[in-house]
Amino acid sequence: MGRHEILRPSRRAFLQGAGLVIGVTLAGRGMAANLIQGEPADVQNPEAKAFNAFVRIAPDSSVTVLSKHIEFGQGPYTGLTTLVAEELDADWSQMRVEAAPADDEIYKNLAFGLQGTGGSTAIANSYDQMRKAGATARAMLVAAAADEWGVPAEEITVSKGVISHQASGHSSDFGSLADKAATMDAPSEPTLKDPKDFVLIGKDRPRLDTPSKVDGTAVFTLDVLADDMLIAVVAHPDRFGATVASVDETEARKVPGVVDIKTIPQGVAVYAENTFAALKGRAALKIDWNLDAAETRSSEEIYEEYRQMIGGAQGLEAANEGDVDGAMNGDGITTLSVDLVFPFLAHAPMEPLDAVLMRQADGSIDCYNGAQFPGQDKAAIAEVCGVDPANVRVNTQLAGGSFGRRAQFGSPYMREAAEVFKASGMTRPVKHMWTREDDIRGGFYRPIYVHSLRGAIDGAGNIVAWDQSIVGQSIMNKDELDTTSVEGASDMPYRIANRRVTAHQPKLGVPILWWRSVGHTHTGFAVETFIDQLLDKAGKDPVSGRLALLPDDARERAVLEKVAEMADWGSPLPDGRRRGVAVHKSFSTYVAEIAEVSIGEDGGPKVHKVWCAVDCGVAVNPNIIRAQMEGGIGYGLGAILYDEVTLGDGGRVVQSNFHDYRSLRISEMPQVEVAIIESSAAPTGVGEPGTPPIGPAVANAWRRLTGQPVTRLPIMSAAGV
Amino acid sequence: MVSFTLNGEERRFDGDPETPLLWVIRDAERLTGTKYGCGIAQCGACTVHVDGMTRRSCITPIADLEGSSVTTIEAVSGREAEAVQTAWTAIDVPQCGYCQSGQIMSAVSLLQMNPAPSDADIDAAMAGNICRCATYQRIRQAIHDAASSLEG
Ligand code: FES
Ligand code: FES
Repeated sequence: MGRHEILRPSRRAFLQGAGLVIGVTLAGRGMAANLIQGEPADVQNPEAKAFNAFVRIAPDSSVTVLSKHIEFGQGPYTGLTTLVAEELDADWSQMRVEAAPADDEIYKNLAFGLQGTGGSTAIANSYDQMRKAGATARAMLVAAAADEWGVPAEEITVSKGVISHQASGHSSDFGSLADKAATMDAPSEPTLKDPKDFVLIGKDRPRLDTPSKVDGTAVFTLDVLADDMLIAVVAHPDRFGATVASVDETEARKVPGVVDIKTIPQGVAVYAENTFAALKGRAALKIDWNLDAAETRSSEEIYEEYRQMIGGAQGLEAANEGDVDGAMNGDGITTLSVDLVFPFLAHAPMEPLDAVLMRQADGSIDCYNGAQFPGQDKAAIAEVCGVDPANVRVNTQLAGGSFGRRAQFGSPYMREAAEVFKASGMTRPVKHMWTREDDIRGGFYRPIYVHSLRGAIDGAGNIVAWDQSIVGQSIMNKDELDTTSVEGASDMPYRIANRRVTAHQPKLGVPILWWRSVGHTHTGFAVETFIDQLLDKAGKDPVSGRLALLPDDARERAVLEKVAEMADWGSPLPDGRRRGVAVHKSFSTYVAEIAEVSIGEDGGPKVHKVWCAVDCGVAVNPNIIRAQMEGGIGYGLGAILYDEVTLGDGGRVVQSNFHDYRSLRISEMPQVEVAIIESSAAPTGVGEPGTPPIGPAVANAWRRLTGQPVTRLPIMSAAGV
Repeated sequence: MVSFTLNGEERRFDGDPETPLLWVIRDAERLTGTKYGCGIAQCGACTVHVDGMTRRSCITPIADLEGSSVTTIEAVSGREAEAVQTAWTAIDVPQCGYCQSGQIMSAVSLLQMNPAPSDADIDAAMAGNICRCATYQRIRQAIHDAASSLEG
């Protein structure tokens, strides 16, 4: 396979000018000498022609798509490239992809209004835009061919990267016409294909990033190398909000390889010639922390305070239909109530947060990082380092997962990296890295939530009332209702005549963040486990009972019916096994899952098999959709079985690494079977929606196995395992 | 001074003898296919082969490797490696990809010792390799596919 020879990415050879012309932009930066390995944004091959902000075609006919979305596993590089290739009528083998530069205008997420990846929007917001980018480039190529050959453009066809005019016998590849085509007028409203004519969209397509992720050549931020680069780690306080009171650096400075130590707002930075020296130096620091502004409550104290809130003042109203209090107190009514406790969760992406910063001869700054909100990162660096944002370049690298972690308004992580860089004097490139301990203890968690649910069933077995209170920090830091606290509950699909959902949004000194599927991480669990209990109490089957509560036009119906068919719901099960079902919409994608569970050797749930049906509109790449369902299920399952970040006495984080913040392992991964519902609706996201249903599906099966509802997560610690 | 072989070439390291192999490979040798994920032998992202056996490079001091032969993802080769990497590519195992060098190093070693592993064998051999993207189903499938391709 010749793997040894392709140790470095081709772009590195490009930078070193190994037989290739170095791009003007790059030369202008004067950075070629600094960077040894990394993917600089917007290194233009001067011979490649830009057809628009997203499509470049080179003389060798390679088509490069500039992805405005970062690739950290969910497949946008391949997806966006597929959309362009489809309308361009390119051959898949000529397609390439690279990260777009940071630009909140040109490369904005049309769902956010600024450049960013998240909320399972990559394909949804790009579907028309990328198809138009491809169709525009195609129209320009056709116009150039028509002009060159003196034939009518309408008679020209394009297929698999070949432009032809049958009558005259002319044909051309893209590269030969690229120079001329790039100068043709771009049509303002290019014609898009009728979906029935799609050649690439809707078919399994191999990922463009797979080969480099199989031979070790893929470059992540941690792999970025520069001449003379320092490694920096920061000693952080062990409580949120604490600050440095005093530092004894004596022992740390004795560590060979430690270059310097600086106190920055986030803690104490240790700079070293190599990673081990930096870590050893950090471990040798003696720091006293000032706890005046620190959050010192424990998780148990927080749970208790939240419980009290439910009994206290009325919360913010998120839904209120009918007469809930009247229905709860009606004649012949049976009521049921349950409280649920959800812990803090860390995202724990496989690659902890990191960034490489370097200053160029002209004073401008290059940052290499897994930029999920590149414009925010750029602004943070500019502000901290005191340079004009126009002189900051954010070079987006592949990132080792995110699950929400890298998307932060105000870029607090990047502020830390920039402070570290600034304090270093900015003369040498600096790689700032978090260790796993920094990651698990670093905050920006899925918040703690406490739910209180009450439901009522009438004498005929109808669910007539639903009353739900949700307590937890507002992720968007709002005083008024934060819809991310109640999404998936306030808009639940079931027809229940009397229904109320309220929210309390207490403040807490623990930084929080969205976590794969945001509010749905807890609302999906609450709604789908409680509806299951109510149906059970009413003597209804979980599948047909749900269907009876869903409106005729609900898209939940098709996925629920499909998943029941796949699992042969109702068929006899092996001894000791039970099944649970859940259906949930998030990010406009509908997912139903059935989990088959037994009591494992360790006394906790053993999940054998999961069936999953998904409706995400047009399935751009079924291969990636299936992968995201499999991964979303595994990620969610690990969290509901094992994970909690606990604040212990005095507010210290108890967990620190993968030994006590468990990840699902291969031996715990169920077999997952995925079906995709055929649809012509506009495509919606798949990165997150596979996650919400797995928790309730497993918990519902667990309740049937044990007779006890799951009221506290994670299941393992609640079950005393 | 520690002398060892890295990907078939003689190497010397004269830094701190406590330095874990992981940082020697990444910092001193600038081979970045081997990843850091936890530093405490919990995740397997740093898996390499030492004298033909898998080793968590993050907890292996370089001083222990005098005279040893280390192979990283950049140079892993042979029938099993080819079969594993081909199978991995064929069904698009990686998502973010960050854990995959370690996964592949563990899978190659498994097949070298057990050419026809069962699901239970795979679970036992691969349980030390975390994938936060949970690509486990495809990892299992790819190992079975690689094993079948080796049969022929
Ligand atoms: S980095 Fe070595 S096992 Fe995690
Ligand atoms: S592919 Fe992302 S951690 Fe394994």
